[in-house]
Amino acid sequence: MSEVFATDVAIVGAGPVGLFSVFELGLLDMKCHLIDILSKPGGQCAELYPEKPIYDVPGYPVINGQELVDNLMKQAHPFGPTFHLGEMVERLETLGTAERPLFRVHTDAGKAIEAKVVIVAAGGGSFMPKKPPIPGLDAFENTSVFYSVRKMDHFRGRRVVIVGGGDSALDWALNLHPIASRITLIHRRAAFRAAPHSVNAMHALVESGQLDFVLGQVTSVKGEGGQLAALVVRKESGETVDLPCDDMLPFFGLTMKLGPIGEWGLNLHENLIPTDTARFETSTPGIFAVGDINTYPGKLKLILCGFHEAALAAQKAHHYVYPDKKLVFQYTTSSTNLQRKLGVS
Amino acid sequence: MTKITFIDATGEPRTVDGQDGSTVMETALRNSIPGIEAECGGACACATCHVYVSDEWTEKVGSPSQMEEDMLDFAFEVRPSSRLSCQIKVSPELDGLVVTTPAKQG
Repeated sequence: MSEVFATDVAIVGAGPVGLFSVFELGLLDMKCHLIDILSKPGGQCAELYPEKPIYDVPGYPVINGQELVDNLMKQAHPFGPTFHLGEMVERLETLGTAERPLFRVHTDAGKAIEAKVVIVAAGGGSFMPKKPPIPGLDAFENTSVFYSVRKMDHFRGRRVVIVGGGDSALDWALNLHPIASRITLIHRRAAFRAAPHSVNAMHALVESGQLDFVLGQVTSVKGEGGQLAALVVRKESGETVDLPCDDMLPFFGLTMKLGPIGEWGLNLHENLIPTDTARFETSTPGIFAVGDINTYPGKLKLILCGFHEAALAAQKAHHYVYPDKKLVFQYTTSSTNLQRKLGVS
Repeated sequence: MTKITFIDATGEPRTVDGQDGSTVMETALRNSIPGIEAECGGACACATCHVYVSDEWTEKVGSPSQMEEDMLDFAFEVRPSSRLSCQIKVSPELDGLVVTTPAKQG
């Protein structure tokens, strides 16, 4: 039984454009729920370049990714958005009609968000784990090869190989070490990106013989019926060895994939969603696409273009959420009504 | 203009003009070179513009910075000649540079 939330607008993606959509929709009295696969808001700005300067956000000669996200969060705050983070939208169900749209957005955490309007602000798609290009690896996925740890107990008494040198790899090596029968960490070099205290803790376990570390790269896997038997590892010396194991956890960071959006019945053009340029609505009335995920003649993948798209999409969204209300355009500088909503009057 | 040759994973070479001051990654994108994704747009934040610098060029191109070396952990089949092409600046000294793109970026 899924948990159902009712709202005006469901926004898929909590990147900069999704966050600014909350503001534009909020000015027009629409409440939002946002769903994002990352554990924090901000999308690429927060995940890929939190400390990189951005030079083309109007009004900011320079601002870094995280500052922009923090400011957008502040700007959205008066409208009390609800965030569903660390969740992916798996399925989109259409309940209403073209004139009175109603949708139900289902997440992989078993939640359902019912909304009159859906705004897809999914950027480059969902951030998903990078999968090593090892032939036949997918046959072991979710039975013997895992890209995240959902149930630690699965690894009890098993020989687990963790591949990578970042925080995920080190954290899981340390956390699973008391549970697994043996942990082997494989990394391509002796240096680690992970936090120094985790690296020190790992070295201490290696020194006391409680954890194995192998300098090398996995080149192929052996096993059958979804169960790994061994990994073939090319060591730094060039020597190739078989490393017997039950489970493998590769941690090679994240990459963006369109994911389930491709199956929502929207028109797609090269993994982008075509929209009109007046309302940024998709081929399905009530579903809008804004930011990097949409395409139209002249489209530029710029944050500033996404902001513009969000403002125009909100105007049409109002028509679906409040079909009987006339929308009067107002400025935040002069409208006491808008200022009251922003909590500044 | 500086000539740069990209050899794809199947061995097919493509030679294009690189603008001095731009990066090898930008040169690849501008010329629609397959095998370079550059998901993060050149922020040294994704390792999807991974290339192998050909042996005769490794010295001239130089070695990766600490940040780039960290990011290469996210690439697959990393070799001593591995670089992220967004971190290689095109310059007249690199005229004739040859790089190979890996079978898979991410």
